[in-house]
Amino acid sequence: MPLEETKAVTDVALQGGQLTVSEPVSRQKLLARMRFGDNAFRLTTRTAAIVVLLILGGVMVSLFLGSLPTLKSFGFSFLYEQRWNPVTEKFGALAPIYGTIVTSLIAMLIAVPVGLLIAVFLTELCPVWLRRPIGIAIELLAGIPSIIYGIWGLFIFAPFLQGTLQPFLISLFGNIPVLSSLFEGPPYGIGMLTAGLILAIMVLPFITSISRDVFEAVPPVLKEAAYGMGCTTWEVFRYVVLPYARVGVIGGVMLGLGRALGETMAVTFVIGNAHKVSSSLLAPGTTISATIANEFTEAVGDLYTSSLITLGLILFVITFIVLACARLMLARIDRRGGK
Amino acid sequence: MSVAEINTALYNRRRRRNIRAMAWSLAATAFGLGWLVLILGVLFWEGLSGLSLSVFTEMTPPPGADGGLLNPIVGSLVMTFLAVLIGTPIGILAGTYMAEYGRYDRLTHVVRFINDILLSAPSIVIGLFIYEVMVAPMGHFSGWAGAVALAVIVIPVVVRTTEDMLTLVPNALREAASALGLPRSIIILRISYRAARAGMITGVLLAIARISGETAPLLFTALNNQFWSLNLNAPMPSLPVVIFQFALSPYKDWQKLAWTGALIITLSVLILSIIARVLAARSSRSS
Repeated sequence: MPLEETKAVTDVALQGGQLTVSEPVSRQKLLARMRFGDNAFRLTTRTAAIVVLLILGGVMVSLFLGSLPTLKSFGFSFLYEQRWNPVTEKFGALAPIYGTIVTSLIAMLIAVPVGLLIAVFLTELCPVWLRRPIGIAIELLAGIPSIIYGIWGLFIFAPFLQGTLQPFLISLFGNIPVLSSLFEGPPYGIGMLTAGLILAIMVLPFITSISRDVFEAVPPVLKEAAYGMGCTTWEVFRYVVLPYARVGVIGGVMLGLGRALGETMAVTFVIGNAHKVSSSLLAPGTTISATIANEFTEAVGDLYTSSLITLGLILFVITFIVLACARLMLARIDRRGGK
Repeated sequence: MSVAEINTALYNRRRRRNIRAMAWSLAATAFGLGWLVLILGVLFWEGLSGLSLSVFTEMTPPPGADGGLLNPIVGSLVMTFLAVLIGTPIGILAGTYMAEYGRYDRLTHVVRFINDILLSAPSIVIGLFIYEVMVAPMGHFSGWAGAVALAVIVIPVVVRTTEDMLTLVPNALREAASALGLPRSIIILRISYRAARAGMITGVLLAIARISGETAPLLFTALNNQFWSLNLNAPMPSLPVVIFQFALSPYKDWQKLAWTGALIITLSVLILSIIARVLAARSSRSS
């Protein structure tokens, strides 16, 4: 049958139990309409995908433009100067950068071993029926909003530390030369140690859930072979699972680090907001995000605002690098798993 | 010492080490779960006593007076709703492109990478960004700026789940539809979306759970407001920001309201994520 004979098409369909027949439409027109709809939809989705890129580009560009006045007045000295004086308009980012790094380090020191051990428990030791409930409970920790950690840290955790852990640390390390400077001064309750501990609780679930996923991706044949040779559970984990999953674990740790570096509200409550670099972990300090959260709405003058935006730019660049490394490592694991 | 004795000694040492390591992993799990119990326990203890009907019907009080949290609750609801309204379509469309049209494109790889970074980017930086592009040019803080800041957080969550869920839809469905002569757009709208619906709804719920506790991006976009306000061009109160302000205040009754607000937020976030989990479990079982 030649094509010309079927110029018109009719839509016949069952709708609500009734047979409906539409008016005949020219086949050409119908195809054109479909093609137009198709292209329009494809273009819309493509635009939306590009919007995601534009958001990241927009963040970069707007933060950079906002920090131009600071870069002009202080240049690179902004990065290593400790002064932070809104009255004389002299600003330096050393104290916030230092506080961000120290609190994140404390968090990672605690969260990495604990998070890995929980993942070991969940994959090797835990009875199967308990795995899901415990896994979900740990992930609920990640779901609790950070402001809750903040208010809990301020009213419950900080006073508790002030009365117990901090005096203990001071008396324990008081007479040891190097360590004593880490635990100097009165126990305020709030401070860098408290912030680091709360961050540790917050990043724990991220490290656990990613480690658990990469541990579960280890081919059972490898583990079975090791068990068959008479390895203990710990030896299987230490010499078979961990080396195999190493890249993924590091990726998960970096992801947790990215969270810890950028965490704002929980830290703002308990850090003490003091712009100084002190060797003691018990002293109040500040982090980049806490400084911005505390001071941005009260900042007067272009230079003050711009300095805070520069802090935001520094934070964004640091977390971007950390998160990019994390994603690249996790992508490597995915590719290997897919083979 | 005979070989057998050495072996027994070695065996015992390895066994003790194994038991020790496993005890540590058990302790670590108890440690992790302990925090959850502690935090939720304190939250209920402090928050429940302040929970009453007046919390939902009265405005935030001046220090020393009775009051509730009506205006921040409504402000949070309005901004969350708008953020989902703005963010979800963009997120779903972008995820659709990545899973349906350009699954192996260069653009898709780049967008996926950037999206994953946006997913865990510090939310306070998002706040600064919206301040720069909306608040500063407009000259005032506004509910709109808060909603857009939250939308920027919604987008990556929705993109991620949409892409994942559409990738899970079996290709045989698409091929069957194609064989009937359906255009691509109809296949996506009528077949793929329908098959992936539960997962996509899960993504939106997770996004809502994520933004309902966000404080940092609202601090200098929506700011705060002590009074009843539905004007989106003016500063707008929100529950997290009010908790922040009240908790850091020296007034006992403000602190008590902060705890109650914290309980309300946590309960809604937990309920949302449990619903999302149930939905996700159900959809993965059926597929």
